[in-house]
Amino acid sequence: MSRTYADYSAPLWKRWLLTREMAVIALTVAVFVYATINVDNFDGPLTVKFLLQDIAPILLIALPMTLIIITGEIDLSVASIMGLSSVLLGVFHDSGMSIPAAAALALMAGLACGALNGFLIAYVGLPSLAVTIGTLALFRGIAVGLLGTTAITEFTDSWADLATDTIGETRIPLVMIPFAVLTVAFVVLLHFSTFGRGIYEIGLNDEAAHFTGVNVARTKFILFVLSGVVSAFAGIYFTLRYGSARGDNATGYELQVIAAVLLGGVSIFGGRGRLHGVLAGVVLIGVISSALRLESVTVNVTNIIVGLLLVASVILPSVLAWTSSRLPRKASTPRESSPTQNAASAGV
Amino acid sequence: MKFHTRRPIALAAIILTASAALTACGSDDDGGDSGSSGGDGGSLSMTMLPKNLGNPYFDTSTAGAEAAAEELGAEIEEVGPETASPDAQVSYINTVAQQGKDALILSANDPEALCDAIEEARSADVKVITFDADTNPECRDLFINQATAEGIAAKQLELISEQIGGEGEIAILSAAANATNQNAWIDMMETELADNPDYANIELVDTVYGDDDDQKSFDQTEALLQNHPDLKGIISPTTVGIAAAARYLSDSSSKGKVALTGLGTPNQMREYVENGTVESFALWNPGDLGALAAYAAAALANGDISGEEGDSFEAGDLGEFEVGADGVVLLGEPFTFDADNIGDFDF
Repeated sequence: MSRTYADYSAPLWKRWLLTREMAVIALTVAVFVYATINVDNFDGPLTVKFLLQDIAPILLIALPMTLIIITGEIDLSVASIMGLSSVLLGVFHDSGMSIPAAAALALMAGLACGALNGFLIAYVGLPSLAVTIGTLALFRGIAVGLLGTTAITEFTDSWADLATDTIGETRIPLVMIPFAVLTVAFVVLLHFSTFGRGIYEIGLNDEAAHFTGVNVARTKFILFVLSGVVSAFAGIYFTLRYGSARGDNATGYELQVIAAVLLGGVSIFGGRGRLHGVLAGVVLIGVISSALRLESVTVNVTNIIVGLLLVASVILPSVLAWTSSRLPRKASTPRESSPTQNAASAGV
Repeated sequence: MKFHTRRPIALAAIILTASAALTACGSDDDGGDSGSSGGDGGSLSMTMLPKNLGNPYFDTSTAGAEAAAEELGAEIEEVGPETASPDAQVSYINTVAQQGKDALILSANDPEALCDAIEEARSADVKVITFDADTNPECRDLFINQATAEGIAAKQLELISEQIGGEGEIAILSAAANATNQNAWIDMMETELADNPDYANIELVDTVYGDDDDQKSFDQTEALLQNHPDLKGIISPTTVGIAAAARYLSDSSSKGKVALTGLGTPNQMREYVENGTVESFALWNPGDLGALAAYAAAALANGDISGEEGDSFEAGDLGEFEVGADGVVLLGEPFTFDADNIGDFDF
């Protein structure tokens, strides 16, 4: 949160509009409008439904991931937890359990996975990058080990339909309801609670946060547990939507989630980022992929464009900050605020 | 005030970059404008969705479908995921539904998981034809089947009998002992050997299992030759087995004396056909399979057939085909690859 003196001195509307998050939202709207006008069939009745169904797991996991990255940590095991919960849902259901019972067990497994990550990171003090690379392989290994190369594809129709149906006559998939509830919960948690302020403090300097009374270990532990549970939920949705429980389900989703979070303006070094930017980042990548698919552009090209966008979004602010710090100052700038300006420029 | 100036610049720059990127892609892509017209009187538009891209087998089937589409005056484009998983195919099936294409030709990564997406596409008036790997019969309109178990069994016996002159000891090098397909074929071959007078002088002396593992199949071939000094031929109804057996034979003194045939792919077997270890082997021709799928798709989309059992349609050079039970169209007998034609294939 490298807010500067100038950020606070500006009028409220400017502080809201001229932010990284608003730039991502504006870009998302621009690309959406562009695609509606220029991409054949993008304005069709199915687009919004398929788009939201496709990005739902990413949207869901991006919520806890944002909080984790703001604390300066990372969780690379989310997609493996999705795969594991998918397999468990399938295996339990296959053994005769109802979908709600099997899903509850899969959520418990997600909680356990998150707790293991959280324990090793928060209480043992190991780096999250190393721990979650390990558990990425561990959870995926268990998932693939349980089902091998087979798939379980028999799911009770009424439950499978829930994952693909829309709300009433609208084009909004049902999964957006739990997503909306979770979004409100995470926004309150991050932006309107002491717990959330603690998250930013940890990201800026966890030692300082500790001395100001933030329970660093507990905060991190809770975040990884949340990440585990939400990932398991995303895994259940994924399984029911595609009607297929497989050990390799959702492989590679962790990178899609992290890419969207970074695109949405969260600093990988922690301490900075806001949820509305992240959600816009997910939608932006979803809209670009959907439009390019309609244009029959191959996945590789889509990946290249998303990759370039991500790199540009990381580089551009630094480049602009660097150039603006090189420009001669206007005479009207008060002399004594210069050091602050330079610091601010470097931070943006 | 001056700090804010870089924010709008950043915003503008990002928008410019992205829209430039998008525009560039939109105009680069010639196929992009084909989608919308669909069934509105123009030519037929079809999408080919293999299990995954970059797979030589499917490259061959797509090439076959493209050639057929050209002859039909239809438009066809290939899309597909990088890895062969059902969830990745769903997005492409959804896209076809959005585009309102006339037909979708796909090789399914899962018989069940794709059904919801296919149903959605079919309700958008897309005809759905599976080839190579089927979905549940009620999900799709037609399945283009590459070969039947009976056809595969009969073809391999025919080839080995030809190569050993109709008499002598043969053995089978299979995949795993519990491999469903291989066991069904072996059962049929055993029955045929016992019942068909043409094969009266051929004796099946052993069946061994290489578990579709290259090294194990190699060792099993060696053991077969040691245990059965009079062995005249080996049938390996699995692509891994036949390649390993060929590698063993080509460096052994039995090269040219013990015949080898079975199911293989041209790229794996080319070397051994060219150096004389293997005379001929079988598989289906994926190019013909893709072409037949395209002809069937066009016949359905044009309304020439409805996909009922007994419907028949013309498939160019391939001849006339009839829809069988459960909406299955059979390509025919397995295709024989030998020194004369192996150069035409790359998969």
